[in-house]
Amino acid sequence: MNPGIVSNLWLLPSVPFAAAILTLSLGKSRRKSAVVLAIGGQIIVLAISIAALIPTLQTHGFQAVQNFTWFTFGEQTLRLGFVLDPLAAAMLVMISLVALCIFVFSVGYMAADKNFTRFFAYLSFFSGAMLGVVIANSLLLLFMFWELVGLASYLLIGFWIERPSAAAAAKKAFITTRIGDMGFFLGMLWLYNRSGTLLFYDGGRGCLESAGLALLGASATFIALLIFCGAVGKSGQFPLHVWLPDAMEGPTPVSALIHAATMVAAGVFLVARVYPLFSLGAINGVTSSLTVVVWIGVTTALMAALIAIAQADIKRILAYSTVSQLGLMMVSLGVGGVAAGIMHLLAHGFFKALLFLGSGSVIHGCHGEQDIRKMGGLRRLMPVTFATYAIGMMALSGVPLFFSGGWTKEEILHATRHWPPSSAPYYLMLAGVVLTALYMSRQMIYVFFGNRRDAAEHAHESPRVMTMPLIVLATGTVFLSVVLTTAWPWLHGYLKDEPVQFDIAHLIQPMLFTSLLLVGAGIALGIWFYREAGVQNRDRPAEVDPLEYAQPALFRFLANKMWIDELYARTIIAFAWASARLSDWMDRYFWDGLVRGFGTIGQLFGMFTGNLDERGINAGVDETTVGARGLGRLLSSAHSGQIQIYLGVVAVGMLALLLLYAWLA
Amino acid sequence: MTPTLQLFLIVSAALFSIGLLAALSRRHAIFILIGIEMMLAAANLNFIAFWRFAPAPHPPTGVMIAIFSIAISAAEAAVGLAMVITVYRHFRTTNVDQYDQLKG
Repeated sequence: MNPGIVSNLWLLPSVPFAAAILTLSLGKSRRKSAVVLAIGGQIIVLAISIAALIPTLQTHGFQAVQNFTWFTFGEQTLRLGFVLDPLAAAMLVMISLVALCIFVFSVGYMAADKNFTRFFAYLSFFSGAMLGVVIANSLLLLFMFWELVGLASYLLIGFWIERPSAAAAAKKAFITTRIGDMGFFLGMLWLYNRSGTLLFYDGGRGCLESAGLALLGASATFIALLIFCGAVGKSGQFPLHVWLPDAMEGPTPVSALIHAATMVAAGVFLVARVYPLFSLGAINGVTSSLTVVVWIGVTTALMAALIAIAQADIKRILAYSTVSQLGLMMVSLGVGGVAAGIMHLLAHGFFKALLFLGSGSVIHGCHGEQDIRKMGGLRRLMPVTFATYAIGMMALSGVPLFFSGGWTKEEILHATRHWPPSSAPYYLMLAGVVLTALYMSRQMIYVFFGNRRDAAEHAHESPRVMTMPLIVLATGTVFLSVVLTTAWPWLHGYLKDEPVQFDIAHLIQPMLFTSLLLVGAGIALGIWFYREAGVQNRDRPAEVDPLEYAQPALFRFLANKMWIDELYARTIIAFAWASARLSDWMDRYFWDGLVRGFGTIGQLFGMFTGNLDERGINAGVDETTVGARGLGRLLSSAHSGQIQIYLGVVAVGMLALLLLYAWLA
Repeated sequence: MTPTLQLFLIVSAALFSIGLLAALSRRHAIFILIGIEMMLAAANLNFIAFWRFAPAPHPPTGVMIAIFSIAISAAEAAVGLAMVITVYRHFRTTNVDQYDQLKG
C-alpha cells in the first residue's frame, strides 16, 4: 500500500476549483489566462490521475483510503475520506483525459462567445466536482460533490441564459435530478441510521465492509433502491430521463463532457461503488434491488434507442443514444457484470465525447445548424471530422474487433445472457444493439453522405484546435480496444482483480459472431432504409424521413419522445399545478378568511375597549390633567422670571421672619 | 455725642436698607450689584461694631471676619461683573427686566 498518493488525492478537486475561482476573479477580458488556467489545471489533474493509476497497477487488489474527521458533534464524529482503488483510478484517468480533450476543443468552439472566461471557469468547476465524486470514500462526501456536479450541469446547460429554452432546460435538469437526489439523501440517512457510518471503507468498519453490511439486514434492499433513485436521476434512466435530451441546449462541449462522458456516468459509477449494498444477501447473484436495476436499465435502453431513430437534431440523437447506453450499463451492473458495466462506461466516455465533439465540429462547420435533414454530403468538406465521427459511430454501434464499444458490449451481452431470473433482458439487449446500429447509420447518412442541402452549402472543416481533440479521442477509442479484447481482457482483470493471460483462442467466441451479425444487420438495414434520405423519391418529398413516409403514426410517436414529456405535463405537472392552485385558493379564501375572522373579532374587541377608554377612563384622566394644568398655570405665574421680584420676595420673607421672631420673643 | 452701639447699628441698618432698595428697584444690572455690595458693607459694619463694643478682653474675631468678608465680596463682585458681561453679550442689554427666560 502506498499511502503517499492517496494523501494527495485532495488535490484532484482542489486544483480545478482553484482554477475556476481564479478565472472568475480575473474578469471577462482575460481570455488567454482563463484558457491557461483551465487547461493547465487539467494537465496537473491528469498527471495526478496517472500517478494514482500507477500503484493500482503494481499491486493486486490495491485499495488505499485516507479518512479524516470533519467535525465532532457531542459523541458523534463525522468522518469523510478519500479512496483509491482500480475503479476510482480508471475513472480518474478517463475523466481527466476526456476533460482535457474537451477543454482544448472548447477553446476553438467557444472562441466567439462573449462569456468565454465564465465558460472555462464553470468547466473547471465541473471537472473538480466530478473528480471529487470518484475519489470520495464517504457517501456524504460523494453526495456533496454529486450536488456540486449537478450545480455545474445546471450552470452550463443554462450557459446561454439569454435563450429561454436554455434556461428552461437548465431548470428541468436541476429539478428532475433533484427528485432522484431526494431518494439518494433518504437512502443515505437510512444507511447512517442503521450502520452508524457513511464511510465506504474504514479498516473493516465501513458501511460497505462485512461488519457494516451485517448491521443492515433487510433494510439493505430499500437503502439500495433509494440510492438507486439518485443514480436514476443523474444517469437519465427511465422515468427521470426527460432532462437529458433537453440538456443539449447547453454548448456542445458541455454536452460532450457532462451529458455524455462523465456526469451522467456518475449514476452508473455510484451503483458500482455501493455495489455491496445491492448484492447483499444475493442468491445466485440475484437480489430484488438488482432486479429493479436490470428492468429499469432494459426499459431505458430500448425506449431511448427507439426514440433516437426519429429525432432530427444531431445532438438529440446522441443524447438519446447516451440514455440508451447508460441503460445498457445499468443492465450490466444489475445482472452482476460490474466490470463489464464499468468498462463500457470508460469506453463510452471516450467515444461519446468523440461523437459529441464531432457533432460540435459539424454544427460549427454548418454555422449553428443542428437539423440533420438540412446537412448532407459533409464527407468531403470535413474529412477529419468525418473520419473520427465514423470511428465513434462504429464504436457506439458495437462493431467488433477494432473498436472499444464492440468489446464492452459483447461483454455486457455475455453477462446478461446467463441472468437466472429471465432471458428477456438478453434478447431485448440484442434488439437494442440492432437499433443502435440503425440510428447511427441513419445519422451518418443524413450528415455525411448524399446530396448537400441548405446548411451544408458553405460548410468548412473546423480549425486544428478542434480537430486535434477529435483525433486524440478517436485514437483512444481504438487503442482502448487493445486492453478490452477477449483474447487479453486486461481491463476486465484490472477491475476485477484477476490475473489475465493472453490467449488468442478466446478471441473467437460465439458472442463475437452474434454481435457481428446483429451490428451488420443494423447497419445494413440502416443503409438500405435510408439510402435515399434527404432526396426526392417517388411521391416522398425530400425533407420527409423515410420512416415517416412508411410509418407516419409510429414516427410521430417516436419523434414526440413517446409523449413522455406530455404525459408528465398532464399528470405530475398538472397535479402539481392543481395542488398549487388548491393551496392558493385555500390560502386566499379559507385560511385568509379564518385569519380575517379572528382579525374582525379583535377589531370588535378593540372598538369596545376603545370606547370604554374614550368615554370612561379618559374622561377621568382628562379632568385630572385639566386640574393639574390649571394649578400649574397658577403656580407658574409666580415665576415671572424677574430676578428683582424674587429678591423682593426674599426680602419680604426675611422681614416677616424677623417680625415673627420679634413678636414671639 | 459719644459714639454708641445703637448709632452704628442705625447707620448699618440704613446702609442695608438703601442697598436693598437699590437691588430691588434699579433696572441696571450693575446698580443691582452695587446694591448688594452696600448690603455686604452694612453687614461688615455690624461685625466691627459688635466687636468694638463687646466686653474686654476682645480677640480680633470681628475684624478677621470683616476682612474675610471683604475679600469674598471682592471676588463675588468680580464674578458678578463677569456674569453681567456674559449676560449682556447674550441679551444685548443690561436691563434685568428683560432677563425673563426663567419665566414659568
